[in-house]
Amino acid sequence: MEAIIQQFFNLDIMARALPLVLAGLRQTLLLCFIVIPLGLVGGLVFALASLSSSRTVRWSMIAAIDFFRAVPPLVLLIFVYSGLPFAGIRLSPLTAVAVAFFLNTSSYYGEIYRAGIESVGRGQWDAARSTGLSAVSTLSHVVLPQAVRNVLPDLVSNTVEVVKLTSIASVVALPELLYSADMARSVTFNASPIVLAAAIYLVMLWPVVRLISRLERRMAS
Amino acid sequence: MNDWSRFVEAFFKSNLIEQYLPSILQGVVTTIEIALAVVVTGLAFGLALAVVRSFEIRPLNVLIIILVDILRALPPLVIVLIVYFGLPNVGVSIPSFAVLWLVLSLVLAAFAEEIFWAGILSVPKGQWEAARSTGLSFLGTLGYIVLPQAVRLTVPPITNRTVAITKNTALGTVIGVPEILNQATTAQSFSGNATPLMMGALAYIILFIPVVALGRYLETRFAWRRN
Amino acid sequence: MDAARPPILEVRGLRKSFGHSEVLRGIDLAVAPQEMVFIIGPSGSGKSTLLRCCNRLEEPTSGAVHLGGVDLMAPSTDINAMRRKIGMVFQSFNLYPHMTALGNVTLALRKVAARSRTDAETLGMAALDRVGLAAKAKSYPGELSGGQQQRVAIARALALEPTVMLFDEPTSALDPELVGSVLAVMRELKAAGMTMLVVSHEMRFARDAADRVIFMDHGVIVEEGAPDQIFAKPREARTRAFIAGLTRS
Repeated sequence: MEAIIQQFFNLDIMARALPLVLAGLRQTLLLCFIVIPLGLVGGLVFALASLSSSRTVRWSMIAAIDFFRAVPPLVLLIFVYSGLPFAGIRLSPLTAVAVAFFLNTSSYYGEIYRAGIESVGRGQWDAARSTGLSAVSTLSHVVLPQAVRNVLPDLVSNTVEVVKLTSIASVVALPELLYSADMARSVTFNASPIVLAAAIYLVMLWPVVRLISRLERRMAS
Repeated sequence: MNDWSRFVEAFFKSNLIEQYLPSILQGVVTTIEIALAVVVTGLAFGLALAVVRSFEIRPLNVLIIILVDILRALPPLVIVLIVYFGLPNVGVSIPSFAVLWLVLSLVLAAFAEEIFWAGILSVPKGQWEAARSTGLSFLGTLGYIVLPQAVRLTVPPITNRTVAITKNTALGTVIGVPEILNQATTAQSFSGNATPLMMGALAYIILFIPVVALGRYLETRFAWRRN
Repeated sequence: MDAARPPILEVRGLRKSFGHSEVLRGIDLAVAPQEMVFIIGPSGSGKSTLLRCCNRLEEPTSGAVHLGGVDLMAPSTDINAMRRKIGMVFQSFNLYPHMTALGNVTLALRKVAARSRTDAETLGMAALDRVGLAAKAKSYPGELSGGQQQRVAIARALALEPTVMLFDEPTSALDPELVGSVLAVMRELKAAGMTMLVVSHEMRFARDAADRVIFMDHGVIVEEGAPDQIFAKPREARTRAFIAGLTRS
């Protein structure tokens, strides 16, 4: 028991690692503020394109979405970060992470939006267009608000996944939360800094996870 | 050398493909083994948790909810690192592939429990009452009437979530599990060429595109939670 | 009621509260073998709750329920075994959507009555035949009309050879043109000597098929008697008001 506390919940070591870990947290938050908006916007574009009336556009978008959903994000990231340089494209860790995560998260967000838009009945389109609304207005004032409402739990849930995803940026040495904690671990030979990082993820995400459960339950009833 | 041949040279160099194909295939086997193990234990444990939860024993349910919430809120890589680096120092040493299997199983179980539980809740109360009124016991009702309906309802979300979590086998590379990505990056650093990486990426695509497509098909077929 | 025959179903001093509201406030009721008793009353009067207390789908707060002399509330009573003898038919059918009509009817025969599959299927087919749906044995509930679904639900209860059957508004969810087929089955059951306790709004059916009608309001039995008396010459003001409201609408 003593050993477990020493190894996982060593407050001394946590205190010493705290400044480094907090610096990592700042990077993680920065990443989130880049990747989440990019993904939300990119996903909408993916979704609209995948609902295009042109069969070619539709199928190539669906293929692209499935492609990026099939590749593990870490594989995509390593490919972008250490594969692309062989093609003469050299990206900083931050840019590489942003590009890889953009492709990954847009696909997931895109799939969610698509389900949402499809869940809004055809009659809503017809009714809105019959009153003279343009396609763009119909989409933004009538269809999207309902679509987003219908898939809200999934959107929130995917956003949690994106925040969790940022942890793998540590693999390409981007000094985010997990990377900093792991640095502290390798210096102290003690897992407590990573437990500290885990606690920070929990504080950030637990309330959202609870919220998702409640949203899902409400949608189900 | 023109651009195209330079591109082929960097990503599809034929002698490297030949040289590293065996180790990539080795990685494919490892990935499939771990993925299957994760799917089996994760789904079984998740279903078991959902069944336990349906007994509505309060203290037990609070424990399940806390466990499930934590596993849903933490990035899997964080849990992998805590288990991998922490346990040996308290005298428990388990091989890296087992760490990966254990952690991903727990994470999948957590998500599966939530989905199965939502499925159980979505079966109308009348189904319970009809079955109980014919003398079926609680467990009999759960097993013959409720779970078959609940599981059917949860097939698409479970499939999608399972795919998303088994893809995390790639995280094994960080702790040295010789799965596809690990083989590919090792080969890349030996060869100084991106061809093995491309091979690894293609291996993942060949492996996972069919399941992703299956998930999409199931989603349209079962039309889960569409109003 | 025939005093010579001991009641088969007997409810005494039954009370049921949900939180602070008391839905049943001391119900005494005895049903004789082969008797068809109708329970009528305004919504919220506790009719359905009374029915559901009879097989403990709803747990009574206090009081006693006896079936064939067996105390249903006793801890030593195997309630699942007793429920086999109390068939229940629900307003919303509650057929199992993932099983065929025959599957619905045979499940409890196999799992509760521990019959072999062939035995269960023979009994199940006989039950489906009694409700006129032997031809639909292989159909799934989704492929059946509401009336057919409800008849399968009756067969599901009937197959267990219950000593009493509870009907909880069996025709309320049906389109008017489908009501007749369900009532015809109930009439046949009555002719065959089944004991039945029925909550229903089918007043005309009550009038010509029931042996006895019970009027409930606010969790108590206000009045009971032969159908002719209750419908034509109700003694209590509340019954009169209820019957008058029915004939107006």
